[in-house]
Amino acid sequence: MTLQDHSAISRVMRSDRGIKWFVGLLLAAAVLLPLGHLLFPPESSLHVSTYTLGLVGKYMTYALLAVSIDLIWGYCGILSLGHTAFFALGGYAMGMYLMRQIGTRGVYGDPLLPDFMVFLNWDSLPWYWHGFDMFWFAAVMVVLAPGLLALVFGWFAFQSRVVGVYFSIITQALTFALLLAFFRNEMGFGGNNGLTDFKELLGFDLQASSTRVGLYVTSALALLAGVLVCRWIVASRFGRIIAAIRDSESRTRFIGYRVEHYKLWLFCFSAMLAGIAGALYVPQVGIINPGEFAPINSIEAVVWVAVGGRGTLYGAVVGAILVNYAKSYFTMAWPEAWLYALGVLFVLVTLFLPKGVLGLVQRFKRAES
Amino acid sequence: MRQLLEEVSAKVCRLLMLLSMLFVGVVACQSLHASTQDYESSSDAEEVAIEALAPADENESFNNALSELATASFSKKQTITSELVAKRYPGSRSVLVALLENQLYADKLSGKVLILAEKDGEKVYYDAISGELISDSVLDTKRITTNNSLRKKLRGDIAIFDLNSDDRNVRLAAVQQLREVVDQNVAVMLREQRSIEQDDDVAEEIRVTLAIFDLGSEDPAVRLAAVDELDGELGNDVFNQISALLQSEENREVIKAAEAAIKRIEGKRDFYSLLETAFFGLSFGSVLVLAAIGLAITFGVMGVINMAHGELIMLGAYTTFVMQQLLPNHIGLSIVLSIPAAFLVSGLVGIAIERGIVRFLYGRPLETLLATFGVSLILQQLVRTIFSPLNRSVQTPEMMSGLLRFNEVFAVTYNRLYILIFTFIVFAGLWLILNKTSLGLKVRAVSQNRQMARAMGVRTARVDALTFGLGSGVAGIAGVALSQLTNVGPNLGQAYIIDSFMVVVFGGVGNLWGTLVGGMTLGVATKFLEPHVGAVVAKIIMLVFIILFIQRRKQGLFPQKGRAASGA
Amino acid sequence: MSMLKPLRDFTERDRVFDMVNPALRSPKLDVSHGTVLYLEDISVSFDGFRALNDLTLYIQAGELRCIIGPNGAGKTTMMDVITGKTRPDSGSAFFGQTIDLLRLSEPDIAQAGIGRKFQSPTVFEQHTVFENLELSMAGPRGVWAMLYAKLNAEQRKKIDSVLELTGLQDLRFSLAGSLSHGQKQWLEIGMLLMQEPALLLVDEPVAGMTPQETERTAELLVSLAGERSVVVVEHDMEFVRSIARTVTVLHEGSVLAEGTMDQVQSNPKVVEVYLGEQV
Repeated sequence: MTLQDHSAISRVMRSDRGIKWFVGLLLAAAVLLPLGHLLFPPESSLHVSTYTLGLVGKYMTYALLAVSIDLIWGYCGILSLGHTAFFALGGYAMGMYLMRQIGTRGVYGDPLLPDFMVFLNWDSLPWYWHGFDMFWFAAVMVVLAPGLLALVFGWFAFQSRVVGVYFSIITQALTFALLLAFFRNEMGFGGNNGLTDFKELLGFDLQASSTRVGLYVTSALALLAGVLVCRWIVASRFGRIIAAIRDSESRTRFIGYRVEHYKLWLFCFSAMLAGIAGALYVPQVGIINPGEFAPINSIEAVVWVAVGGRGTLYGAVVGAILVNYAKSYFTMAWPEAWLYALGVLFVLVTLFLPKGVLGLVQRFKRAES
Repeated sequence: MRQLLEEVSAKVCRLLMLLSMLFVGVVACQSLHASTQDYESSSDAEEVAIEALAPADENESFNNALSELATASFSKKQTITSELVAKRYPGSRSVLVALLENQLYADKLSGKVLILAEKDGEKVYYDAISGELISDSVLDTKRITTNNSLRKKLRGDIAIFDLNSDDRNVRLAAVQQLREVVDQNVAVMLREQRSIEQDDDVAEEIRVTLAIFDLGSEDPAVRLAAVDELDGELGNDVFNQISALLQSEENREVIKAAEAAIKRIEGKRDFYSLLETAFFGLSFGSVLVLAAIGLAITFGVMGVINMAHGELIMLGAYTTFVMQQLLPNHIGLSIVLSIPAAFLVSGLVGIAIERGIVRFLYGRPLETLLATFGVSLILQQLVRTIFSPLNRSVQTPEMMSGLLRFNEVFAVTYNRLYILIFTFIVFAGLWLILNKTSLGLKVRAVSQNRQMARAMGVRTARVDALTFGLGSGVAGIAGVALSQLTNVGPNLGQAYIIDSFMVVVFGGVGNLWGTLVGGMTLGVATKFLEPHVGAVVAKIIMLVFIILFIQRRKQGLFPQKGRAASGA
Repeated sequence: MSMLKPLRDFTERDRVFDMVNPALRSPKLDVSHGTVLYLEDISVSFDGFRALNDLTLYIQAGELRCIIGPNGAGKTTMMDVITGKTRPDSGSAFFGQTIDLLRLSEPDIAQAGIGRKFQSPTVFEQHTVFENLELSMAGPRGVWAMLYAKLNAEQRKKIDSVLELTGLQDLRFSLAGSLSHGQKQWLEIGMLLMQEPALLLVDEPVAGMTPQETERTAELLVSLAGERSVVVVEHDMEFVRSIARTVTVLHEGSVLAEGTMDQVQSNPKVVEVYLGEQV
């Protein structure tokens, strides 16, 4: 029964119709919302505020994070409970660039040192802050920093065949360790307060609505590109191999595949994707602090994927947007209840919706036909 | 014959003194160190003492001595106080105490010396000599002032009186006080006291004090003997005195001995600080073990990832809080009752989680992880709704507060000590349940081969629920212990969940001994790292270490054979 | 312990470095002496239980060898050692003249040319039959290559031929998980064929098969021998008799007897092991 379910869903999701729908919707969102912002005056009911743009843009970056989790969890069975570590690292890399762009406009007006370093009486820039005044360098670090961490961590973990919940738990410990480390002022990443008070990105004022539109469109396109690349990967023979690893790791080994290499490659790629999501997230929310490393964030992101339906990529996007929309709604309307709702969501989805919302939709469709 | 008489009279005198001290001693000594809040009761007691002890024939010389006090210079005051000590007038001590505490006044008109006190909330004066209450209205008083060196002398003077107290604690405090002002006269007194001292602690204190005094002797041989005498003492003052001696000492032999003594003291101090770190480590380890041991059952034996484990600990802590609210006057009893109560509360919640959620997800560890994480969120928020998001503090019963002092540099707090012991009791109890009861047998049977166990007639579903309940209940008990160490708040559980998993995985899944050894090892290692790198980095190092360790030895310290170990 | 191993390997140089060892760099099968597999004095123990006890066994190139033995004789453990799943405590295992199996990982061994069929059929249940065969196909196994890999006409033909051989051509787009037990057995044999190994290790191939299927399997295995070497572990004595030229009897982790089926069946030690002390 469950097997049949899976086959049906995976068939539909792999069919061209699904991807066309998805691309169409995302492109429409990428174009229509900014148009609504630019064309209609603020009084109009069709007007899209910069707040809404920022919010949806943020959801897009969350969705990209969810896609990166779905790629390893849904297709390869690797449940990482520390994926926001990569998200946050990408965010920090972008944040460092934005910090360097503040220049003399900071509170202390130091041309070289960010405010928090002046405050801590540091007299020179730490070595790892060099180069972040150049956008290209920061952009490289956005993927390189999470990628390297994933490489080192994954190499150790996969080489010694740490699988299943053990892997999940040590990824959680990883992000927890990073959380503690980034809280320290001595680390040189702004400690508790993180990096904030950004002024401009590539010369564009971050407060200007045109910049917001630009960031929104970039996020939407990044999400689109992310999903398409992931789809390309999972549709290749590589994709079939990682699914084979998910279903029977030792069998895959016995037909000659170096399982560790495949997992490591995928894990690094996924980490880089999460890093890009983080880098797009930071300029839109205007702050990055160690709280992003919190293990609960990672688990929440996993739930987005579970809610949408894992192993589909689209599901991750749907789940991320649905859950975050619900979160925004609850925290405004009824903040007390959000954790209840989230908790119940965890339980209900795992118990009753193992295939997520998309699975439910699919079931209805099948029932009709 | 005459000698005998004198001796007898001296003894009677001393007896009288001792008796008088019996009244004054305890309270006065307390007021000596205590802040002004304690003032009321102590001076009330003094009043009684003064009234009782004013034989008329001595009054005159006492009066003479006192009358000059008001106008004397500070150096003159020192002489006068010395006289008060030497003559041992019955009121001497009260005057000295009052002078020290700025409660001694002189009436400008009569020249009478008065002691200020408070009676029924009003300020009143007593005559320092007769102890009579004097009406406030007719007086024009001026406080008799003191300076630092006088106050220091006064403390010593009062201590001289206290040296004869019947209460060993008072004597002990007096000797400690005298150590700072010891001179030839005091030394003589101390030697005298030492010869008749019954209490070992006091005698020991006097011995050290005299040796410290001898360090300043002119005779190198005496100094050498003093250094030898002090060898092995750990107190700060001994250390400082010998260090100071080294600065000025010229005699080679004494220098050599002093250097050796300093080295030995430092060695001993290092040893005890090592011991202290080890104890802190064991204490932290016991907390880790307590937090993890329930998980060792649910995760280790059953293979269930229960992310709500931390919240079950939290529920135990809140149970303790509620018990204290119910029994506000019996703190100790409420703690004891909390242990079974927390076991029941957390255990029942655990069984509910198992029956309601976990049992549908056996064999799907990742889903179990997510669902139980959801439960943890709900429980946290529930506690916030019921008890407020603020931390609640749970009181510590008297028997668990305070220090167990082994020597001057090594002491352990009772609550940590009890929790360490408690951990071993819980561990032993759990071990017995798993290895000596029929439930334990069934639990092990189910964990090793579920199908076979079912075929043998074990009701596996029931065993699952009970096992999960047992693990959860133990988590609740851990919560009771933790409530004695930290604040009780909604985030209590979160703080321990990652640590708990680390301990179980490090120790070897499915192995209670592994959890014990693993937790203790991690605790001690963390505490030994902390002084060198700080708490946060120590924690990071431990996390990274475990991450690397698991990758090297997936099975942990004590690998377990069977299904639970190879599962996941 | 394991952390020190590289260091020990480095200091105790009774061998050349791995990187200059030609056998490891380009494991090419060398059967110039006519023997494809050498197992010598292999011992394996699990927690005090000796699963293999100084096992010595040689398989000739092109041979079809049947291995029988009661439960716990060490048949599966032997296969685990050959395929790199279990490392022996002592002994040596060589594939051909040059390839030291004990120094290779499971994928290396598979790529060197040893294919294995498991006791209970293990196929990729979420993949179609076609995909299962595609994944097993001999060829490069690198990560980047797989991202761009495409099937060419020749490879398709190969898959089609195996589908035909295993009788699964109509089920090529069915999920492997939906196959019957016997079909899964065939699929796994098909996957083994796709790997084009020089040595096939086949663990209980006919369990759960109908008599007709069993017959076909026998034909298939016999036809494979010659070109490849085949080692079959089987309990079904009828089946063994129908295909075996040489039979090896394992007992308590070492070889008890070796010879033709008739020879081993008349061997008193074998009879004792199988039937108890009735001799």
